[in-house]
Amino acid sequence: MANAILENYKDKIDYTLSKYPDSRSAVMPLLYVAQEHYGYLHSEAIEDVADILDMDPTQVKSIAGFYTMYRETPKGKVWLHVCTDLPCALRGADAFYHDLLNELQIEDGETTSDGMFTCEHVMCLGSCDTAPMLQANFRFHESLNMEIMKELLAKWRNDVNAALNPTRAGHEVPVKKA
Amino acid sequence: MNILFREKEVANVHEFDVYAANGGFDALKKSLSMTPKEVIDLVKASNLRGRGGAGFPTGVKWSFIPQNEAVKYVAVNADESEPGTFKDRQIMENNPYQLLEGSLICAWAIQATAVYIYLRGEYWEVAAQLDRCIAKMQEHNLAGENILGKGWSCPIYTHLGAGAYICGEESALLNSLEGKLGQPRVRPPFPAQKGGGLYGEPTVVNNVETLANVPWIMVNGADAYKSIGTERSSGTKIFCLSGDVQRPGNYELPLGTTMRELLYTHGGGPKDGRTFKALLPSGASGPILPLSEETLDMEMTYETFASKGTVLGSASFILLDDTRDIAWAASKMIKFFKHESCGKCTPCREGTYWMDKMLDRVVSGKATSKDLDTILDVASNIQGVTLCALGDFAANPVLATIKNFRSEFEEYLDGGKVTAIHAGAAD
Repeated sequence: MANAILENYKDKIDYTLSKYPDSRSAVMPLLYVAQEHYGYLHSEAIEDVADILDMDPTQVKSIAGFYTMYRETPKGKVWLHVCTDLPCALRGADAFYHDLLNELQIEDGETTSDGMFTCEHVMCLGSCDTAPMLQANFRFHESLNMEIMKELLAKWRNDVNAALNPTRAGHEVPVKKA
Repeated sequence: MNILFREKEVANVHEFDVYAANGGFDALKKSLSMTPKEVIDLVKASNLRGRGGAGFPTGVKWSFIPQNEAVKYVAVNADESEPGTFKDRQIMENNPYQLLEGSLICAWAIQATAVYIYLRGEYWEVAAQLDRCIAKMQEHNLAGENILGKGWSCPIYTHLGAGAYICGEESALLNSLEGKLGQPRVRPPFPAQKGGGLYGEPTVVNNVETLANVPWIMVNGADAYKSIGTERSSGTKIFCLSGDVQRPGNYELPLGTTMRELLYTHGGGPKDGRTFKALLPSGASGPILPLSEETLDMEMTYETFASKGTVLGSASFILLDDTRDIAWAASKMIKFFKHESCGKCTPCREGTYWMDKMLDRVVSGKATSKDLDTILDVASNIQGVTLCALGDFAANPVLATIKNFRSEFEEYLDGGKVTAIHAGAAD
């Protein structure tokens, strides 16, 4: 059975494996690669990673399920993580998030009907002095208000490549054309 | 003074050539001309304490590593996830080579095989920058093979987490790095011991800020470092200010500086028309400290915070002013711990779940006075009985807030008050 991750990212896989004396350590980096490639970690993605690392797919899936940055269900092209933890909430993050959800016309955790945006609230992102803030595809956007946010949303709707994250721990992951 | 935030004195110190031209790598060169034991003794003598929160003496931790083991590791804890903490990110973004140099000096001191920098997954691009810096150091024989021609090789690797506060706990970090679930280990054996570290090998786990202090200490000496701060709290500390303050941000100040100076001179004081009510000094994990004229005069050291029944910890200062509802703040913090509990230990897994449910009942006006007693009972039954400190910390947002601000919780009882608490609730 074809392994799309092994076929498309051989150099990256070789480099990643060379970093660790135990190949199991590569499960986290490879889950990111599989998530970037497939969009989310479905069964085939899990099995590809398990196959490369000679791990039980159940163990790989347990890793994917444990961490918030691995997504096991479909998501929009732009994955928004808005911090509403205490320090951000003290500087207006709850109100900002409420307004953002209204703007996108979705509830917390949902994806917009055009498939563009998935929006979730998350715990502290390490940017407490620039609240309200969020990460879009793991890139920081800080000191936000709804005016700036609407401009960002429009920019990304116009060109989704502007919202994709091309950097993967220093090694370029091919950015798929939308 | 700027031991860590050198970008305030040297523009573009994040660039290799600038770092190298401004004393960069002098500490590494000096360390490699000393024996590992001499380096450990110098760091011990400096009284440097861990800056991640526990404040454990750094040189002492390094000295626990058995010298005769063939394989040893340095694991840099860049998982920075405590609410209100954003200091390590600034060090890595603006002064990355100082962290890398400090990590290698630690590696030399314990004769490590490799350095792994475990960054929280959300610092994705910070990791990419560190990779570029490491590659640059390798080009100049300052990392990787045959460092400085001394025949000692030590690669530095970055490794990304994927969104789990628990992976900042040193043993959970090691499990995560090994490709296992990020859950803590039974100790002993401790990470520094054979069988307790990364891949079972003796390992030093140190915070980013801790290691970033090491180059300065090597070059300037232990006495110079001890001349800053107090006898038991040497050096500078980065204080992260967030919440109800005019100028949130990171402030590097000598330990022993007064809270008044930090909050007013640097932080600009409370917002217009408001007064400071309370401080959470160590993010969500440390007991809340009511602020008064007396506490504002405190000299900020590990020992003074302990004497007040709280902890300095990571110095992640979340400020709450007189308009803030402490019960609401407690609920926010418990939601954090409930989300981040890894699930391994029953008291933490069940306890954080039930504290969250009960605080929801409080802020929706449905609780009675008996419920407050039950919450306190549940909280105190989590402390001291879990495999890691997350359980201990998770009880503090309840125990310390109800102890110091009980009346604010009592306002809600029997339908006295209601506050919406879900994420996305308008202010």
